[in-house]
Amino acid sequence: METVEQLRDRLLARFPSAAVAAVTNPGAAAEHSLLLGAAQAREIAEFLRDDPVLRLDYCSNVTGIDWPEKEITDTVKSTVPDPAGGPSKVVETKTVRVEPGYLEAVYFLYSMALKHGPVIVRLRTANRTDAVTLPSLTPVWRSCDFQEREIFDLFGIVFSGHPDLRRLLLWDEFVDHPMRKDYVEPDDYEWEPTAHDEVLVRAKAHQAAVAAAAAAAPVPVVNPTSSAS
Amino acid sequence: MEMNASDIKHTPFPAAGTMTDAEREELRRHGILLTSLEELYNWGRSNSIWPIQFGLACCAIEMIAAATARFDIARFGAEIFRPSPRQADLMIVSGTVTKKMAPLVVRLWNQMPEPKYCIAMGACAISGGPFKQGYNVLKGIDRFLPVDIYIPGCPPRPEALLNGLIQLQEKIKGEKLTGPNAARHVRSDVNNEHPIPEYGAHDLVPSKNTALWSPPASPTT
Repeated sequence: METVEQLRDRLLARFPSAAVAAVTNPGAAAEHSLLLGAAQAREIAEFLRDDPVLRLDYCSNVTGIDWPEKEITDTVKSTVPDPAGGPSKVVETKTVRVEPGYLEAVYFLYSMALKHGPVIVRLRTANRTDAVTLPSLTPVWRSCDFQEREIFDLFGIVFSGHPDLRRLLLWDEFVDHPMRKDYVEPDDYEWEPTAHDEVLVRAKAHQAAVAAAAAAAPVPVVNPTSSAS
Repeated sequence: MEMNASDIKHTPFPAAGTMTDAEREELRRHGILLTSLEELYNWGRSNSIWPIQFGLACCAIEMIAAATARFDIARFGAEIFRPSPRQADLMIVSGTVTKKMAPLVVRLWNQMPEPKYCIAMGACAISGGPFKQGYNVLKGIDRFLPVDIYIPGCPPRPEALLNGLIQLQEKIKGEKLTGPNAARHVRSDVNNEHPIPEYGAHDLVPSKNTALWSPPASPTT
């Protein structure tokens, strides 16, 4: 099968206006992927499915990734010659830039007909807050239906063109998307005899906050552990 | 048969007079069976417990294994898993109760006729288990239902389920039909329909039935 770079070049030749990039995986698995621009993703997906060399007729898995905003410090070393004629100095200039966060949907495509795969396709949203729409690939691969609904449920990516975009695992009244990195867990700790590790740390913090609130407002509390749960 | 509550003296088992178990056993060996209505009734009920047929997670696989020939729950008279709550006596909450599923479990319980019993099978049904501090798992079905038997394990083996069933049979055999300690199903003053929680923004509303369950108090406070 073609490498990701060959595939990218072929896609760019076929769709000259499309944004297609190869994302290499430096790890041992070497699962390189194609990053598609959202605008042409649907057309490219249909091409990947119907192309006689590829015939990627089966989407085995769709997963979501949350990439929060991150600060990156770039260090540039430059050599400054000493005007007095001495040895030149090496000066480090550090620039901090903020890489905006985005959400990503990753599709794993195989060919049942030609017995090859996977070809991994990524789609990225513009940001994590208001521009979180991606084109749905469910019309191309029927098996994306529930998986895109799960990503919508847990990551909050809105798939335009999905035939039935509802929450899959959580109930409709639920707000928030629990798989996002900035999701705040419900603070509903109760006393338990065997708390340990991280749960114990968080439960202690919760109990301390409850005790402080009870001390600040001297209202008779029936059971201090239940007041905030 | 008409029975007035005042006619019956509430003695510890056996209900029939002051006869001891040994004397009764002696009579039984001579072909005379002495019993009370209460004992006979409870014996019959405890050996024919029909569970409702529903499973929630991996514990259900063990429950299914308990119903197969190797473990054979039929030896204890509980092999008829009913697909309708209207025909069931026992709810085996076998597995993780998610917050999305919990209102439906409570609704099924409300649809079961008395006498009915509840077994919480496995760590998740008891307390939420490994998912306790997650966002979507109920921290134990006893927050919404009156649980009779807790079976620990993750998942409990079929033998553990059978042991839980035997414990439940013992509990049924000890039930009183009259008097102040009468069983729930013969009393008219006990309502065993429980409110069904609503779906909220992050949790069920209410998150627990305070009439049934209150959080454990910390021993330090």
